Amino acid sequence: MLIFEQSKAGRRAQAQAPAQHPEIDAIPEGFRRRNAAVMPEVSELQVVRHYTRLSQKNFSIDTNFYPLGSCTMKYNPRACNTLALLPGFTGRHPHSPAAHGQGLMSCLHELQEMLAEVTGMSAVTLSPMAGAQGEFAGVAMIRAYHDARGDTERTEILVPDAAHGTNPATAVMCGYKVREIATGPDGDVDMAALREAVGPQTAGIMLTNPSTVGVFDRRIQEMAQVVHDAGGLLYYDGANLNAILDKVRPGAMGFDVIHMNLHKTFSTPHGGGGPGAGAVGVSERLKPFMPLPVVGCENGRYRWLDEDDFPQSIGRLSAFGGNIGVLLRAYVYARMLGKEGMSRVANYATLNANYLMTRLRAAGFQVAYPDRRASHEFIVSLKRESKEIGANVMDFAKRLLDYGYHAPTTYFPLLVPEALLIEPTETETKEELDGFVDAMCKIRDEAKADLDFVKGAPYKLPVRRLDDVRAAKELNLKWEPAEAS
Amino acid sequence: MSTIPEDLKYTESHEWVRLEDDGTVTVGITDFAQESLGDLVFVDAPEAGGSFDKGDACAVVESVKAASDVYAPISGEVVAANDRLADEPELINTDPYGEGWLMRMQPGSASELDELLDADAYQQVVAESD
Repeated sequence: MLIFEQSKAGRRAQAQAPAQHPEIDAIPEGFRRRNAAVMPEVSELQVVRHYTRLSQKNFSIDTNFYPLGSCTMKYNPRACNTLALLPGFTGRHPHSPAAHGQGLMSCLHELQEMLAEVTGMSAVTLSPMAGAQGEFAGVAMIRAYHDARGDTERTEILVPDAAHGTNPATAVMCGYKVREIATGPDGDVDMAALREAVGPQTAGIMLTNPSTVGVFDRRIQEMAQVVHDAGGLLYYDGANLNAILDKVRPGAMGFDVIHMNLHKTFSTPHGGGGPGAGAVGVSERLKPFMPLPVVGCENGRYRWLDEDDFPQSIGRLSAFGGNIGVLLRAYVYARMLGKEGMSRVANYATLNANYLMTRLRAAGFQVAYPDRRASHEFIVSLKRESKEIGANVMDFAKRLLDYGYHAPTTYFPLLVPEALLIEPTETETKEELDGFVDAMCKIRDEAKADLDFVKGAPYKLPVRRLDDVRAAKELNLKWEPAEAS
Repeated sequence: MSTIPEDLKYTESHEWVRLEDDGTVTVGITDFAQESLGDLVFVDAPEAGGSFDKGDACAVVESVKAASDVYAPISGEVVAANDRLADEPELINTDPYGEGWLMRMQPGSASELDELLDADAYQQVVAESD
């Protein structure tokens, strides 16, 4: 039941009501709405119960193992939240002068420095408001770089098919044509295809390493050489940074620009449409084009660097300094870990992925790249189960929910048939991983014994299997009150 | 087991081509392609009047699992497009070789038709990717 449907005219949550009503006469006639907004009229207790119930219906990292590949659903330590909510941070007005915000600005400056250090980039800007904006900023800087050199004939961005799914969209958004590069049978980019595709029209290449097939591309430096020789730049999608923290740096691999999904690797809240943060790191040659503002430090005093400092900047992506509350969580997380902690994150993210892969393989499941060591994630292909038993990836995914496991990423990446992309992250125990393997084996047994039973899953959730075709075709996103009779 | 009619020509990227009596060709995606994609929810069909080179992305088919490009099997001009797909993308699932056709093209060159795969050769392609 929607909260709107619980509404009774005149019901109020008195404790939450504003003490004073603003004077609407001050708003010019033309700007006032003609009809009153439809708001649910409910009591405070109704609100509490409604949202508590909703949260209980949800699968979340706080309640369940969530091995959603490519999304890095790891535990965000509570301390990050607690410290980011200190009143000195939350009470600060964005217009208050830098002299009154030196503490906050020192945190942001340190975060810039730490992220630059761990990625091997020359500088980092924190202002993009989400990963997607970070990507946009990155490609916009590539364009600005070429334009500034009068090199305006570059129309293409190369994107390997094992790159992150958002990359082609970003390239198109920035006005480029996308050319896809195939992945070789070993999971690395097909170098022959890359050599054939690069040319004077190449503005750059976008990829992530480790890639979405869960392996580290061993020829990355050769790729960087090929693209740089053709005058293109390298864009690193930070989607899969978790497994390489303190192990290898994108800057050292030859990348010119990187965006970081702080919610994946640095413990800021995931999704929900809430505020994000997409910090962007740049090599020396892209530094002049960074989006603003950036926090600078001169003689121990912090200040916002602006267009006077970076006249070639691509501009501003946020009204102020980015989503500060989110950035602070990343700052606390990075400080709590330190260099050694980051190394440990990478060790355990990789160990857990390889342990889970090895166990699933021993249990008879097919791994997409059996000769390769997994990085942070790996792919199981259920092609055989689908063919021989009739249970496909979606059936396994739905039945896993009954066993209390969020499904791994399904049918992605597209280049592996019946793909389950599994990313356990570093924050899970061995017992949890073992439980997941047991569940996968049980589901396979269930499907052999009674396929229809597995096809009908899930059974234990608030809703059964949804009609996703109808959901996609008949969008129903807006509640409207029943016609008054 | 997907259907592969004997009288059609095919591409390795799972399009089918039928030579019509008036010299035009009808293009669609194969039964194997629709089966692999699953239930289609959206088709971005080409518009009549447009023209493509062989191998150009000419349409997008989107299912609940994935969005895929459809590639022009030959070069030529689009003389008609299947407008029904906008409202009924499921036609490709229910009748891929009939009512689920995608577009009709006026071939730019006859030789390109000869380069297409016959049913046996396409059967091989399907067997290998299966």
